Amino acid sequence: MWDYSEKVMDHFLHPRNVGEIENPDGVGEVGSLACGDALRLTFKLDENGRIADVKFKTFGCASAIASSSVLTELIKGKTIEEAEKVTNRDIADYLGGLPEQKMHCSVMGREALEAAIENYRTGGTKTRELEGNLVCTCFGVTDREIERVIRENNLTTVEQVTNYTKAGGGCGGCKGEIEKIIEKVQAETLKIPAQPKPQKAAKLKNIQKIQLIQQTINEQIRPALRADGGDIELIDVEGDKVIIAFRGMCAQCKTAEFTMKDVVEAKLKEFVSPEIFVQESSQPSQRQ
Amino acid sequence: MKTVYLDNNATTMAAPEVLEEMAPLFCELYGNPSSMHTFGGRIAKKITKARQQLADLLHCSPSEIVFTSGGTESDNAAIAGTLAASPNKRKVINSRVEHPAVLTFCRELKNQGYTVVELGVDRSGSLDLKQLEEQLDDNTALVSIMYANNETGVIFPIEQIAEMVTSKGSVFHTDAVQAVGKIPLNLSKSKIDLLSLSGHKLHGPKGIGALYIKKGTRISPFILGGHQEAGKRAGTENTPAIVGLGKACELAAENIEKENTKVKSLRDRLETAILEKCPASMLNGDKENRLPNTTNISFEYIEGESILLMLDKFGICASSGSACTSGSLEPSHVLRAMGVPFTAAHGSIRFSLSRYTTQQEIDFVIEKLPPIIARLRELSPFVA
Repeated sequence: MWDYSEKVMDHFLHPRNVGEIENPDGVGEVGSLACGDALRLTFKLDENGRIADVKFKTFGCASAIASSSVLTELIKGKTIEEAEKVTNRDIADYLGGLPEQKMHCSVMGREALEAAIENYRTGGTKTRELEGNLVCTCFGVTDREIERVIRENNLTTVEQVTNYTKAGGGCGGCKGEIEKIIEKVQAETLKIPAQPKPQKAAKLKNIQKIQLIQQTINEQIRPALRADGGDIELIDVEGDKVIIAFRGMCAQCKTAEFTMKDVVEAKLKEFVSPEIFVQESSQPSQRQ
Repeated sequence: MKTVYLDNNATTMAAPEVLEEMAPLFCELYGNPSSMHTFGGRIAKKITKARQQLADLLHCSPSEIVFTSGGTESDNAAIAGTLAASPNKRKVINSRVEHPAVLTFCRELKNQGYTVVELGVDRSGSLDLKQLEEQLDDNTALVSIMYANNETGVIFPIEQIAEMVTSKGSVFHTDAVQAVGKIPLNLSKSKIDLLSLSGHKLHGPKGIGALYIKKGTRISPFILGGHQEAGKRAGTENTPAIVGLGKACELAAENIEKENTKVKSLRDRLETAILEKCPASMLNGDKENRLPNTTNISFEYIEGESILLMLDKFGICASSGSACTSGSLEPSHVLRAMGVPFTAAHGSIRFSLSRYTTQQEIDFVIEKLPPIIARLRELSPFVA
């Protein structure tokens, strides 16, 4: 059985804003019966251009219904420009997290919102069309959509992409193509290392510090190591001491110590705090 | 909150009598049946008795029973053991609706160079026997077809298939995990060579099962070591579980009449009421050739996990063939093989009863389910 948060169960059993608005300013429809989940979102703006009312109808599991319900709560009262900034992360975070295999429900929410906004901007004429090239034919997912979800959620594996977009979850024939898209996005991240930069806060709470360390590893360090067939895992944080372990090619690499001092510590000092120092874990790899 | 357990094809409650039989085997009668002392010998007698209890239920000889760790081991051992015993034959036939214990194992055989044929089923879940006849040839080592399907309860014409297969010189195995204890079996008059069963599906303990091996069937040992189970399956016997399984089989033999009268009528009561009270609902699988305890119903335009979670709020346990409940992204392989439309497959619910199910429980479900279906349809964009 899925381990759903109380918030997910609350929004599933008592969904907010169920229904359909008559003569809406924007309509967004995504998913299908065949795919196992679908969402229809309708909204109406007030005279100040704010979303005065928003309603949804969803076919799907508990997390799909809860994600839709939360989406309506998140965008109610917002302007289109503000609503546009809502990501699938925002939906998942508001729900207190979703099981990894259910993250595609939060993505469906964001997609429906996007479709509804586009429909509004084109004066109700345009319904959502797939942009980019079709990668997953089983679930109708394009390269553009996959790239976006990889960027917004810092995804690094094909399995994660499947959890977030369903792509690769049917016949599995497109897994090689997904792998290539991941590599492409990571290569781009390498070329422009300054973006997106983690925000350095003046004084960090412990939990913020750990999150920032993880984010720095994900965005600044891992792509560089992956280019050489390696990987890195955050094991623990004790005060300013960050314990990490190298995986894959890096685990056997003689220059690992150099890499660690040079790249990992420098990056963490730059993005998290100048006091940070790094130590390699003596524990054996957990993944092997 | 009281639990209304209608998921007996997943697993069953161990019968209290089973537990009672097993209890002394842990701290009093803990000897090793292979030992030379009387203390161990007493346990050996208990295992002999259990083997007889299985033989009585199946109408076979006790020497034809090998105890295993469960249905999956029995299935794996039957297939692997048969192939090892006839290395020159390189073809295996099974069906698209087999349990993963057979299906996954056979698909893996493809990587080892075997030709693997999966027979299709029609909309009612019935096998295409003509396709089987066409596929049977001298190269076919084994045919493995389940006795009854776990999701729909559909019973296959196993005796007819066994006759067809063995007359062509191939070995026939059946995964009878869902059938044993629910419908009468008589192996003394059967052409079945190998048959798998599992303890926890018939009110016995988990972690125990058996493989019936018809006398004269060539099969390689599946675990090597000591001489236990006639050298076929080495390792000190799981004595409490074997004794428990024996008792469960004895009880099943006593209750088999009840399964086909009381349990069946409760199942029909549930099924009829649901189909009548819930619009756009339909039965999956053949209505006639079916296990007496199983019903699989699809509710169009809504999704199975949502139905299950709402039933769960009332303590009602069932299962679903929807994609979301499995953690995979596609609905049940059985319903897809039957060609159940996606609109219905995602919203399928299986109720499986047992001899402990009461009419009160069934009426409780009949009361609670229709409003749940109506509520979820209010949320569905496919219902106007």
